Amino acid sequence: MELINASIIEIAEAVKTKKASAKEVATFFMKRAENLNPKLNAYTSFNKQAIQDAEAIDARIAKGEDVGVMAGVPFGIKEMFCTKGITTNAGSKILQNFVPPYDATVVARLKKAGIVITGKLNQDEFAMGSSNETSFFGATKNPWNLECVPGGSSGGSAAAQAARMCAGTLGTDTGGSIRQPASFCGIVGVKPTYGRVSRYGIIAYASSLDQAGPMVSTVKDAALTLEVISGHDERDSTTSQRKVPTYSKDLSTNVKGMKIGLIKEYMHGGLHADVQKTVDQAISTLKSMGAEFVEVSVPMTEFAVPVYYLVAASEASSNLARYDGVKYGYRAEFANLSAVDLEDFYGKTRGEGFGKEVKRRIMLGTYCLSSGYYDAYYNKAGQVRRLIMNQYRDAFKKCDVILSPVTTSPAFKIGERVSDPLTMYLNDIFTTSTNLAGLPGMSVPFGMSADGLPIGVQLTGAHFDEQKMLNVGCALEGASSVKGKTPNV
Amino acid sequence: MYRGYEAVIGIEIHVQLNTESKIFCSDSTQFNAGDNENTSPVSVGMPGTLPVMNKRAVEFAIKTGLALGCHIRKKSVFARKNYFYPDLPKGYQISQYDQPICEHGSITFKVGEQSKTIKITRAHLEEDAGKSNHLGDFTMINYNRAGIPLLEVVTGPDLRTPQEAAEYGRTIRQIVRYLGVCDGNLEEGSMRCDCNVSIRKVGDERLGTRTELKNINSFRFVEKAIEYEIERQIDLVERGEKVIQETRLWDPDKNKTFTMRSKEEAQDYRYFPDPDLLPLVVSDELINRMKSELPELPIARKNRFVSAHALPESDAEVLTTEKDLADFYEETAIVSKNFKGAANWIMTELLRELNSNNLEIRASPIKPMQLGQLITMIDKGTISGKIAKSVFPEMWKTGKDPEVIVKEKGLVQVSDPAAVEKIVDEILAANVSQVVDYKSGKKNLFGFFVGAAMKASKGQANPDLVNQILQKKLNG
Repeated sequence: MELINASIIEIAEAVKTKKASAKEVATFFMKRAENLNPKLNAYTSFNKQAIQDAEAIDARIAKGEDVGVMAGVPFGIKEMFCTKGITTNAGSKILQNFVPPYDATVVARLKKAGIVITGKLNQDEFAMGSSNETSFFGATKNPWNLECVPGGSSGGSAAAQAARMCAGTLGTDTGGSIRQPASFCGIVGVKPTYGRVSRYGIIAYASSLDQAGPMVSTVKDAALTLEVISGHDERDSTTSQRKVPTYSKDLSTNVKGMKIGLIKEYMHGGLHADVQKTVDQAISTLKSMGAEFVEVSVPMTEFAVPVYYLVAASEASSNLARYDGVKYGYRAEFANLSAVDLEDFYGKTRGEGFGKEVKRRIMLGTYCLSSGYYDAYYNKAGQVRRLIMNQYRDAFKKCDVILSPVTTSPAFKIGERVSDPLTMYLNDIFTTSTNLAGLPGMSVPFGMSADGLPIGVQLTGAHFDEQKMLNVGCALEGASSVKGKTPNV
Repeated sequence: MYRGYEAVIGIEIHVQLNTESKIFCSDSTQFNAGDNENTSPVSVGMPGTLPVMNKRAVEFAIKTGLALGCHIRKKSVFARKNYFYPDLPKGYQISQYDQPICEHGSITFKVGEQSKTIKITRAHLEEDAGKSNHLGDFTMINYNRAGIPLLEVVTGPDLRTPQEAAEYGRTIRQIVRYLGVCDGNLEEGSMRCDCNVSIRKVGDERLGTRTELKNINSFRFVEKAIEYEIERQIDLVERGEKVIQETRLWDPDKNKTFTMRSKEEAQDYRYFPDPDLLPLVVSDELINRMKSELPELPIARKNRFVSAHALPESDAEVLTTEKDLADFYEETAIVSKNFKGAANWIMTELLRELNSNNLEIRASPIKPMQLGQLITMIDKGTISGKIAKSVFPEMWKTGKDPEVIVKEKGLVQVSDPAAVEKIVDEILAANVSQVVDYKSGKKNLFGFFVGAAMKASKGQANPDLVNQILQKKLNG
């Protein structure tokens, strides 16, 4: 087994059967991550205990213990997830030195399955961004082209996974933050149905939209990871009680007779030629495998981006209120603290602690929720959101899975869009409606641009029907032009 | 009525529900814990933590709502009330806004001889904030209270006098104590009372500008604070000035209210439904179960004591002030089968001892069974009422059963006519001159003979028998 290309499943198998030790696996990936990080800035910190953690897994295996389905798999964790004893900063100065005394439920579940944490992965500050450029810890580079962004907000996860600086990563997706960087970096990224995965211990951006999911190299690894992290959590009231299917076991490439929907409203052009080509090829590939294509309509999706930014910013303005310098995290320095007025204390701390994009969204959200504006903005956005949900529900009466582009273009250049938030926001045009409707979505690497950048295809499933979506992804994966290609870093 | 004005008063009472754990996490709610001992990542609002509803708090809210005649919403919604303050860990308080769990209730209580009914607009669940202690240049924050469940009970603007307001508060306190959902302790803050006060000319339909009074930690102060505020507002209006909408604090030392913050600084709380909590859905089954668990409420119980036990209304009133007291009375009454006797003993002897020892009825060293037995012993003639009065302090001191004390001290009443006759004979023999006086017309000496006979028997002679025999001997 060549570790650099090994899947999660292969590594776990090798470790469990003692064909490879967890320690040698961890050593390999840690070394590679440390070597590449100065170039990519994918990691914000490394787990100093990684090798000891791997040794502990080996020791347990030596004793004959069952260490779980992810035994010894080196996993990178986005900064959005609380990790017990390991700094968790959400890409922000305001949490720069915050060390949580608890693990996010999904991290705890992965640990229980046997992973070794390699470190924490860079991201847009509080997941607010589509390019990883809003991170307080500097932009992450796309391993396929160091001048390009890796996407965001889970850009560190996507870059680290694409460059094989770990064997698996975890991202969060509020409006496309798993799928868009997965597309830009040529990996598989899955955002589960809202309520499928616990949000406990994940730093909240927009609570009604946030979901965590795998960002890995293969669809099967995604299926396995999803299996491990899914399921009801008594600490998160919004998690579903539904049983977790055995996604990886039930994975199939058979799409014969499956009905795949194409959203009418997405078909008025404007796509980058390479993206259009990728989508067209995906359609013909699936057709050749026996899938049927049907046109579906989600008219309200036209408003998805504005609705998303109203809902997300409103919730964020409230979620981020706790970062006030009182209890933990960054506190501004004052020459004479006892003489400082409370308002000034908050103002300076939050003014210095948050970056520009975060402040922009807090202000937008505060405005939307203000008395006199609530009905026109937050409430109206909620109404449109319900319509989007209903229209998707109707669409899924006609099809099993919906296929669409992930983004309008392949990865763009670093710095190209930072000064133009509106263009940056429009980048989320194909991804946000999935979050608004609470549906599962994924990006599967499928095409390559003329410039040698990977391009993903987006698949959206019906509520809690991750399986069909994964199956279509698995079918596409076999015919992917990204397959066998690795970024040259 | 005040100088041709009337007051319009509405009250918000925060009832701290005495659940074992906090409203959205498993932290203890114990009052005496050390600073920040009752905290966890959830209650101090650490990143990524989420609230999970405490079912017990919901049950307590439903019970209270039912007792206040409220409609219980099948679906209520938690909302975030956003504002910044250091003792508010998340920068928002989880509360209920447009869809509270209880609404449209009413409550009837007495103010002097008058019966008053007021509307309960709503009662909603929310979490408490922590507590800031300002020490010189520093503020210390204790988050033990952060996340303690509160039920905020809100009246319509139906109260008209400070006395009504105070009585309303006392009634709510009595009810929540009956329900066992709150200890009703204003000083420890387990009940907090905010009063909205405005004035208007009698006959005027429009409401005047109101002020909100806070920091009132007894119902006596509720009365005083509102009284002060009404006069202050009338003075302002009479001087041609305007009442400013503001929050005022009551200062019990100065007997005044003073400005805390005015409307200019008033907050926009930016309420919106909390996406971390699903709407709270309660089943008919739960509501019915809560209904079946409701104890008999004070007014109903008082009325029953009057009608079924034939107690005077004033006695029934005193005995139903507290559920424990009413329970004590009722048990004593059942044991002794003497309702008025039980009422009298409790209201005079027992309450006096409890008050002078500053004890709750629950802590009484005399149990209802024992007091009932004591009353039975009197009624059966085993001991006299007078002896009983000397047995009672022994019971209080030792906790022993009355039979035991009577036996140990040899206090059994002498009811044997021969024995009593012997005592009477001895008395008459020893007081020949008084007998002569009596027979010559000094009839008021009768009491002297009774007293002497009782004294000679150390109080144990049956007084009725002494009377009878004396009558026979002296007048027969």
